[in-house]
Amino acid sequence: MNGDARPDPDALLKRVNAEAERAHRAKLKVFFGFAPGVGKTYAMLESAQALRARGVDVVVGCVETHGRKETAGLLEGLEIIPMKQVPYRGSTLPEFDLEAAIARKPAVLLLDELAHSNVAGMRHAKRHQDVLDLLDAGIDVYTTLNVQHVESLNDVVAQVTSVRVRETIPDAILDRADEVELVDLPPEELLTRLREGKVYLGDRAERAAQSFFRRGNLLALRELALRRTADRVDADVQAYREAHAIADTWPAAERILVCVSPSPASARLVRAARRMAAGLRAPWVAAYVEPTAVAPFSGADRQRLDEHLRLAESLGGEVVQLSGVKPSEVLLDYARRRNVTRLILGKPTHARWRDRLRGSMLDEVVRGSGEIDVHVISGDVTSTPSASNRPRSPFTADFRALAVATAMVCVATGSAALVRGVLAAPDLVMLYLLVIMVVAVRFGRAASVLASALSVAAYDFFFVPPFYTFAISDARNVLTFTMMFVVGVLTSSLMLRIRREELHARAREAKTAALYALSRELGTSLDEAHAADVLARHVADLFHCGATVLVAQSGSVLERIATFGEVPFGVAELGVARWVVEHGRPAGRGTDTLPGARVTCVPLVSGPHVLGALALSNHEGGELRLFEREFLEAFVRQGAVAIERARLDEAAKTSALRARTEEMRSSLLSAVSHDLRTPLASITGAATTLRDTEATLDASQRDELTATICEEAERLERLVGNLLDMTRLESGSLQLKRDWIPLEEMVGSAVSRLDAKLAGRVVGIRLDPELPLFSVDPVLFEQVLVNLLENAAKYTPPSSPIDIIGSQRNGRLKVEIADRGPGIPDGSEERVFEKFHRGAHTAIGGVGLGLSICKAIVESHGGTIRAEHREGGGARFLISLPLIEAPRVDLTAEGAEQAS
Amino acid sequence: MTQPGPLVLVVEDEPPVRRFLRASLGSHGYRILEATSLAEATRMATSHHPDLILLDLGLPDGDGIAFTRTVREWSTVPILVVSARGREEDKVTALDAGADDYLTKPFGTDELLARMRVALRNAERAKAPTESSTLESGDLRIDLVKRQVTRGGREIHLTPIEYKILVLLARNAGRVMTHGQILHHVWGSSNARQTHYVRVHMAELRKKVEDDTSRSKILVTEPGVGYRFREMPPAGS
Repeated sequence: MNGDARPDPDALLKRVNAEAERAHRAKLKVFFGFAPGVGKTYAMLESAQALRARGVDVVVGCVETHGRKETAGLLEGLEIIPMKQVPYRGSTLPEFDLEAAIARKPAVLLLDELAHSNVAGMRHAKRHQDVLDLLDAGIDVYTTLNVQHVESLNDVVAQVTSVRVRETIPDAILDRADEVELVDLPPEELLTRLREGKVYLGDRAERAAQSFFRRGNLLALRELALRRTADRVDADVQAYREAHAIADTWPAAERILVCVSPSPASARLVRAARRMAAGLRAPWVAAYVEPTAVAPFSGADRQRLDEHLRLAESLGGEVVQLSGVKPSEVLLDYARRRNVTRLILGKPTHARWRDRLRGSMLDEVVRGSGEIDVHVISGDVTSTPSASNRPRSPFTADFRALAVATAMVCVATGSAALVRGVLAAPDLVMLYLLVIMVVAVRFGRAASVLASALSVAAYDFFFVPPFYTFAISDARNVLTFTMMFVVGVLTSSLMLRIRREELHARAREAKTAALYALSRELGTSLDEAHAADVLARHVADLFHCGATVLVAQSGSVLERIATFGEVPFGVAELGVARWVVEHGRPAGRGTDTLPGARVTCVPLVSGPHVLGALALSNHEGGELRLFEREFLEAFVRQGAVAIERARLDEAAKTSALRARTEEMRSSLLSAVSHDLRTPLASITGAATTLRDTEATLDASQRDELTATICEEAERLERLVGNLLDMTRLESGSLQLKRDWIPLEEMVGSAVSRLDAKLAGRVVGIRLDPELPLFSVDPVLFEQVLVNLLENAAKYTPPSSPIDIIGSQRNGRLKVEIADRGPGIPDGSEERVFEKFHRGAHTAIGGVGLGLSICKAIVESHGGTIRAEHREGGGARFLISLPLIEAPRVDLTAEGAEQAS
Repeated sequence: MTQPGPLVLVVEDEPPVRRFLRASLGSHGYRILEATSLAEATRMATSHHPDLILLDLGLPDGDGIAFTRTVREWSTVPILVVSARGREEDKVTALDAGADDYLTKPFGTDELLARMRVALRNAERAKAPTESSTLESGDLRIDLVKRQVTRGGREIHLTPIEYKILVLLARNAGRVMTHGQILHHVWGSSNARQTHYVRVHMAELRKKVEDDTSRSKILVTEPGVGYRFREMPPAGS
């Protein structure tokens, strides 16, 4: 299909990623055999000894020697992690100690029997989950596996050997293995070894030989094992081909869709799909179509369906839920959308008349499939669902509905009897039809069938000649009866269907609405804690449980940052959360990992990061169903993304702040060292001159020197004051001590503080006499006025006027300080408020902090300050503060009363 | 000056500050006692009965505020706090604890001497057996007997609260009265959240007493701390 010899870039990228991942992740090696006794453990130990000889740190986690001497001999010299003794039904069982192994952290760990099931109370239910943990911890694992334990081969093995193997491992584990070494032995030789007692000891060997170890079985199993290994090798070759652009046999992209139902046969379909997908190296999807027109499933069916879907998931398939009135259409529609090439369906097991009556889904699919291949696979005939498992019959309606239906027919009969003289018999039929329809619409199918039957009977008995008997004289009446009956049944069926569709639509809408509500609220969340809070609340509301959000802080500390509802959270639960965060998979109650905990934990995953976990408790009905889990995951994903976004925001802010602080610190250092040293130099100079040459100085020179000392000391004081103010404002510890205060007092005290500096100037104060009290920190706000006035005095000619104007407009207090100086250079109206900015007149003392202090203070009051040109020349600074309604003070009242 | 000058206890742990105080106060006729710790200061205050205490707040063995409270338990000696802590809260705390005045370092000697004179005069006045029946500043005259306030001979009408505030400040002329102290004396309450009562009545009082309300001469605002009544020389003299 691809004429060009270059590899597909997507495939190449995938391979590169896979290789990069493989390079640094721990390796899994599986010794794969077709039956016990072929020598897997032996081969594994041999490899281990070879590694040990090369100096690799190999440790035995768990090895079953089954008393075989040769095998036990190979254990010599290998370090063994002691088994954990687990109490089980009054005795203790030795189990592999996962925690000890992770703590020991060898380079390679040997762990026999990959398909082993752990005793209840261990971290995981299955050993293959232990293996994943070990790999996650960076430990290479060597393990052994027999072909009958592979999930997708499970039913083939069962067919061949008629032994159903309970302990299975998902195919994904085998696919995950970096190396699969086939340990092979001709069946004859195996049987010889069995007879010699090398496989099982004593009478177990006898029993084994009779049941499992029949030659035919062994041949079949061997073939399966060889084929499975060959598939793998083929996949490796394919990967090699892709890597090296050998494009002669590129198959068209295949995709398999398997249709799953609650029928027990579906498990077989899923496995068949997996095998086909493996053979074709194609992705596969397990779909379940929920027909809206049929009654919902019973609990048992629901559970079985979930099991099938979980199975599909564990076999590496994608799981989707579809719904619609016509399953065949929905299925085909989905298949086309996803470019499915093969569709797998089960053979129907129900009676043929049902297809005649309702139409066969299989038939419809085959007709409509077009270019898609349809594979029909037989179900497991031995176990059709028993009657008790069937959906609840629609005929089991409650008695109240039946009673009402009966009563309504009685009333109709009574009414008909009253008007029979006026109306003809066909009109009476209409009356009965009305009753039937009302009953069908309101009370369901059972009641409507009853109403139809009763109506027919009553009509026949009372109104059809011969009267007061059920006998029918006119054949036409039979048609009437039939019509009445059919109308009743049809109407109720239609109603039922409409109602179910409505329920479906509502459920779907509720889900969408819930997701939408969550995302909308998350969109407004500014910080991590709020996002977590929103998530916990929504999850708790929606799933009717307690929910708590834990996030991973620096190190491996988990912090509960939001909780909604009651969540029991102890050491065990924290352990679950830890595991979830470490491995990025759900755990806790209702899962295979740490099921003893009181909470179910799902990871908060955003992209490649696990940010934390969400713990749920007291979920209604115990466990989460698969689709609920998916929905929850969608929810949690949204939450996780929001939390990560908040975190990134926070980090960005912090780093920006750090950069600014750094910048400020350096400019502060240079400014401070300059501005502190200059006055100090003058003081030192003047003082030493006075000390050393006092005798030779005349009075005016002495005065000049002392004046210098005083002025420079004052300058130094001002500088230190500004620096202190700025530090206080910047440190964030500033708390406004607001008070209600008249502007007049502020202005008055600021002006009188600067009496000396403003001497010789006309300071025009024009304050609106109607100004209310305003709420500010009096000390800080006075500082603003003082700084602005000082600034004006510093930068304007000594005799120029300064104006202070106070007014109120639009609920804001406006204070303006205006001068007639040189004004502010164009473009630096904003920059004058920056720290260490000092106009063009660098000769004028000061660090350039005054105006930035003003800005900081005004802004901390929720106000604004800006600088602009004054009409007619000069600069003006405008402060605008929000006015809040001031408390009323009665000026005429007596003191004691007022203060009480 | 045949009479010995007032005895001043200087509580200060910084030698340079003590040195310049010794020089400037000595040259103005004050006799000086020096203490470098609170323990020493307590001892000297009890044994020498100084006329005034100049107190630094940050001392090696404790806080000057606590010392002020202790002294106030048994003495009305004027205490003038001289501290590098310039925050208004510190000032209010010291004044409310019983200090008579508060001066932030650095300060000029002229300022210090003026404050000391005011403190000594107030103490003198408080000791006097009969209080003068009038209080004056500039052309403002308060007749305590008649409860009458005049400016340049013209009577001005004050509400009872304004009168109480004015009298309180005038009796403590030169000294800062904190908002809390004014609330306490005038309303009998010291709820700090009600300081705006003081401010509003003060604004009204100023309109009646001052020539230019935004340039108060007599009723001076100490930002964030309180108010001070300034004694002005009689008008026309």
